[in-house]
Amino acid sequence: MAKVRGAVVVDNEVCKGCNLCVVACPSRTLALNRDVNSKGYHYSYMENPENCNGCTNCSAVCPDSCITVYRVKVE
Amino acid sequence: MPELAQKIRDIIKPENIVYAKSPLMNDDVMHYCPGCSHGVVHRLIGEVIEEMGIQDQTIGVSPVGCAVFAYKYIDIDWHEAAHGRAPAVATGIKRVMPEKYVFSYQGDGDLAAIGTAETFHAVNRGENIVMIFINNAIYGMTGGQMAPTTLVGQVTSTTPYGRNVDLNGYPLRITELLAQLPGAAYVTRQSVQNAAAVRKTKKAIRKAFEIQAMKKGTAFVEVVSTCSSGWKLSPVDSNKWMEENMFPQYPLGDLKDGTRADANDYSIKG
Ligand SMILES: Cc1ncc(C[n+]2csc(CCOP(=O)(O)OP(=O)(O)O)c2C)c(N)n1
Ligand code: SF4
Ligand code: SF4
Repeated sequence: MAKVRGAVVVDNEVCKGCNLCVVACPSRTLALNRDVNSKGYHYSYMENPENCNGCTNCSAVCPDSCITVYRVKVE
Repeated sequence: MPELAQKIRDIIKPENIVYAKSPLMNDDVMHYCPGCSHGVVHRLIGEVIEEMGIQDQTIGVSPVGCAVFAYKYIDIDWHEAAHGRAPAVATGIKRVMPEKYVFSYQGDGDLAAIGTAETFHAVNRGENIVMIFINNAIYGMTGGQMAPTTLVGQVTSTTPYGRNVDLNGYPLRITELLAQLPGAAYVTRQSVQNAAAVRKTKKAIRKAFEIQAMKKGTAFVEVVSTCSSGWKLSPVDSNKWMEENMFPQYPLGDLKDGTRADANDYSIKG
């Protein structure tokens, strides 16, 4: 059966660390980084990148349009 | 680990994009607080306009309130209105340029307090405009004062002991009232608290623009929203508070799905 795998790229400088994507992610891929961006926000990142299935829930809830989602089918 | 990094690099390629920011959304970083619903709704409006291919034909009217700078973020034509007057300004634009798509974007202080008259009469006239209503139950921009939509018991900077009916009256369900006006074609209440709700709200906004194209009357989309700064909660807790407290008072769903009333039903007979 074909499986899907995904990955996201977060625009670190635009992210305000609101945490909405972290709770929207069904696969516990995302977390807020311990590091901060130039505005002092703990930006979102893939803490468990192997979990991502590219469902786009995170980008759907992002108020700042800072998440790009990629998805591939793997055999 | 290098293997995993390579795997991720193989996924992150342009041909594998399933979601990217709409080209209609400008690169200006939004001034909204972290997690603010305004940002989500802006994005949905931008995506709908992009998908309908009406970027050059759409004019937005921005309010006074936190969304006063809405015109900075979506790459369409905009007009700024005085506080509460967006439906009147949108009416004027639509009547002069009936071929354009015209929408107003307003908060609850703007739409349901100072602009109540403009709101009611635009909908009652059945203006062929879209009205987007962000109901966060508070005046966000000015420091979290009580709005007409503030819930009973809700603490705001002007109701430090909670909204008290004897003193402050009742929360105004303006959307229910507007749904009864003969000029209303489509009236719906949505929210953006999770991905499924966001997708439904996007569909509702798209439908509202399509109704404008069909000249059916006013299309009104309320979005029950959060104001984490005004509510003094984190964005995640704000969503929970909204689900627990706002949704029972402002239930989600369509209130009207039709067309503006037939003039014959209101005209003198004989
Ligand atoms: C004529 C006028 N009266 C009052 C104000 C002050 N004022 C600015 S924004 C606002 C309320 C905004 O609240 P809302 O419409 O709910 O939008 P939000 O900021 O919550 O998105 C008020 C009263 C003003 N700018 N102009
Ligand atoms: S695309 Fe889906 S699975 Fe991947 S990080 Fe976003 S929410 Fe999580
Ligand atoms: S004050 Fe409230 S409505 Fe205004 S930007 Fe902040 S969270 Fe949004």
